Amino acid sequence: MQNEQDQILNDVTTGEYKYGFYTDIEQDTIGRGLSEDVIRQISQIKKEPEFMLEFRLRAYRHWLTMKMPEWAHLNIPAIDYQDLTYYSAPRQKARLNSLDEVDPELLDTFNKLGIPLEEQKQLSGVAVDAVMDSVSVKTTFRENLAELGIIFCSFSDAVKEYPDLVRKYMGSVVPYTDNYFAALNSAVFSDGSFCYIPKGVRCPMELSTYFRINAANSGQFERTLIVAEDNSYVSYMEGCTAPMRDENQLHAAIVEIIAMESAEVKYATVQNWYPGNKEGKGGIYNFVTKRGICKGDNSKISWTQVETGSAITWKYPSCILKGNNTTGEFYSVAVTNNHQQADTGTKMIHIGKNSKSIIVSKGISSGVSNNSYRGLVKVLRGADNARNFSQCDSLLLGDKCGAHTFPYIESGNQTAIIEHEATTSRIGEDQIFYCNQRGINTEDAIGLIVNGYAKEVLNKLPMEFAVEAQKLLQISLEGSVG
Amino acid sequence: MLVIKDLKVSIDGLEILKGIDLEVKAGEVHAIMGPNGSGKSTLASILAGRDIFNVDSGSVTFNGEDLLEKSPEERAKDGLFLGFQYPIEIPGVSMVNFLKTAINEMRKHRGQQPLSASEFLKKMREKKDLVEIDSSLTSRSVNEGFSGGEKKKNEIFQMAMLEPKLAILDETDSGLDIDALKVVAKGVNNLKSPDNATIVITHYQRLLDYIIPDYVHVLYKGRIVRSGGKELALMLEEKGYDWVRNEEVKL
Ligand SMILES: Nc1ncnc2c1ncn2[C@@H]1O[C@H](COP(=O)(O)OP(=O)(O)OP(=O)(O)O)[C@@H](O)[C@H]1O
Ligand SMILES: [Mg+2]
Repeated sequence: MQNEQDQILNDVTTGEYKYGFYTDIEQDTIGRGLSEDVIRQISQIKKEPEFMLEFRLRAYRHWLTMKMPEWAHLNIPAIDYQDLTYYSAPRQKARLNSLDEVDPELLDTFNKLGIPLEEQKQLSGVAVDAVMDSVSVKTTFRENLAELGIIFCSFSDAVKEYPDLVRKYMGSVVPYTDNYFAALNSAVFSDGSFCYIPKGVRCPMELSTYFRINAANSGQFERTLIVAEDNSYVSYMEGCTAPMRDENQLHAAIVEIIAMESAEVKYATVQNWYPGNKEGKGGIYNFVTKRGICKGDNSKISWTQVETGSAITWKYPSCILKGNNTTGEFYSVAVTNNHQQADTGTKMIHIGKNSKSIIVSKGISSGVSNNSYRGLVKVLRGADNARNFSQCDSLLLGDKCGAHTFPYIESGNQTAIIEHEATTSRIGEDQIFYCNQRGINTEDAIGLIVNGYAKEVLNKLPMEFAVEAQKLLQISLEGSVG
Repeated sequence: MLVIKDLKVSIDGLEILKGIDLEVKAGEVHAIMGPNGSGKSTLASILAGRDIFNVDSGSVTFNGEDLLEKSPEERAKDGLFLGFQYPIEIPGVSMVNFLKTAINEMRKHRGQQPLSASEFLKKMREKKDLVEIDSSLTSRSVNEGFSGGEKKKNEIFQMAMLEPKLAILDETDSGLDIDALKVVAKGVNNLKSPDNATIVITHYQRLLDYIIPDYVHVLYKGRIVRSGGKELALMLEEKGYDWVRNEEVKL
């Protein structure tokens, strides 16, 4: 592992956003604008059952009554929701029977992104659901997983093939009334992944969804729903990229996780949406609601995120610790450079007795960026012996960037123990010089220091992605010193 | 190898080095002594490329090339090593990772393949034995939480690993117990070859019992006021810097 890490660090020498290309492919799109009509069209194209359309319309009507949130430490330019496209899909056959039917351009796109969809070429032990713009292109290893009773498919397929499961769990953790972007997503979401692990099954491979925005002027609104039944286990991974464009693009996703008794779900994200250029032009607005519920006793949900992309990130992967002896974890590295803004953190809601939560947040800011940690630890009256430990560190490169910490603590139980630690440090000139004197240039020195600083979080990632994430950290900070 | 001519250096308008002339040839060991604040570390830093100082005039060549126009990492890759008077802590970065990156950068510069993991570990074991550094130190973060003496030993260990052409050791002997002092000397003597050179900056003549210098220079208020052989160090030890001060008054 160590050698591999070193190797990777040595290999990384270029700093451009590597994923900025655009695939020229025929698209099916619905014209710009948002209305009940557009929503009906989306539902119709997707041949959804009636309950789905009703859910969408209820969400839409609710959204109309809501206002964009303003409490975050972010400067968000006004978004014209009538100027966006809400459905855009690479044109392909209605139903794919084999990979041969996937457009070669599409395969090529995912190959370029390092996500081969041909199963024999894949990283062993990782099943991928590849989503481009509004639709899932291909889900690999679906059949192998089905033998164990595991359902891993696109959300659209799930709506049609497992309507009862979808109906039961969709919106149960993040209701459409939750917030502005959750309502919008619930109204117009197009695709995403669905995952169901039956009782007592340990999912033998990493499941992952790879999101790609390709079309111009389109928003991406995906939904992921993961249900882990009693005594089951799954590790899930999400990656994302987008072409470089001058205009901003909106990404508003929802992820819901349900963990039943003694189930464990690990969810990791490496978020690398296009961050905009050095002057702050373009980039993705990443407004995401992620929440899991530890419903059964002894269950555990763990969020790990490496956030390097997006012009603006607004995201708080959270855990509702409902069962007794449940555990919620949040490990985060958020990097902002140039004009990027991030307001990210978590909410840990302790309801069950002996529930535990751990928060480790590592913010890295550079350029003229702003990086905020915002976290809520809430202990309800019945949560005897609840425990939380939070560690929020900020690392600054240069003196024009900002790091902010907003911890909120609400404790309603005398026996709860809540600890919060925070540090702020700067990469010192003397540290860089020391590295320089040993023949290590400044960019590599920053890479070493930053990866060292974030190690605690990177170590939580599945192996394949840890290496990728390390590269990303260094690349995102390139040009930030000197 | 190293030729310094009339080097004048200042910081924030304050002149610290007031015209240094020094030539170090391959195979030689030079010792620089001098009272606190006389500019020894400044000289070492400027040679290593620390950019907080201003070079007001003069020139420095290293192996025939203009040293002052190169970046610190280029100088390091050309074979210049500085043992820091106050080694820096880099939390989170393991010694292994740090040294491996450094060595492979230097190898790349020389057109060599990077060391494989096993070659690197072998080299590390060898050098660890040589400088008798505690194994646990090299598995920790760079200098983090090291004692004063351990940090100094770690500088020598890094020197042994990087095998520089010119090593400048800034008070690497300060704060060392007698055993560690011998280790430092061993490290320096081991590196000694007709192709390499060392500059040791020290306050104590006892180091020079183990590292026999070809030349001793006394730096005083930004100038080299005396140069001589090993006996100069003995004289300083005996008479103290007052002797130099008085000499200067006479000048
Ligand atoms: N960054 C700095 N800013 C201001 N003055 C400095 C700076 N660095 C060095 N000086 C000054 O330059 C002079 C020489 O310092 P230097 O560290 O080179 O001395 P030295 O000979 O190494 O002393 P010592 O034996 O105590 O290590 C001192 O007066 C010191 O205060
Ligand atoms: Mg000094």
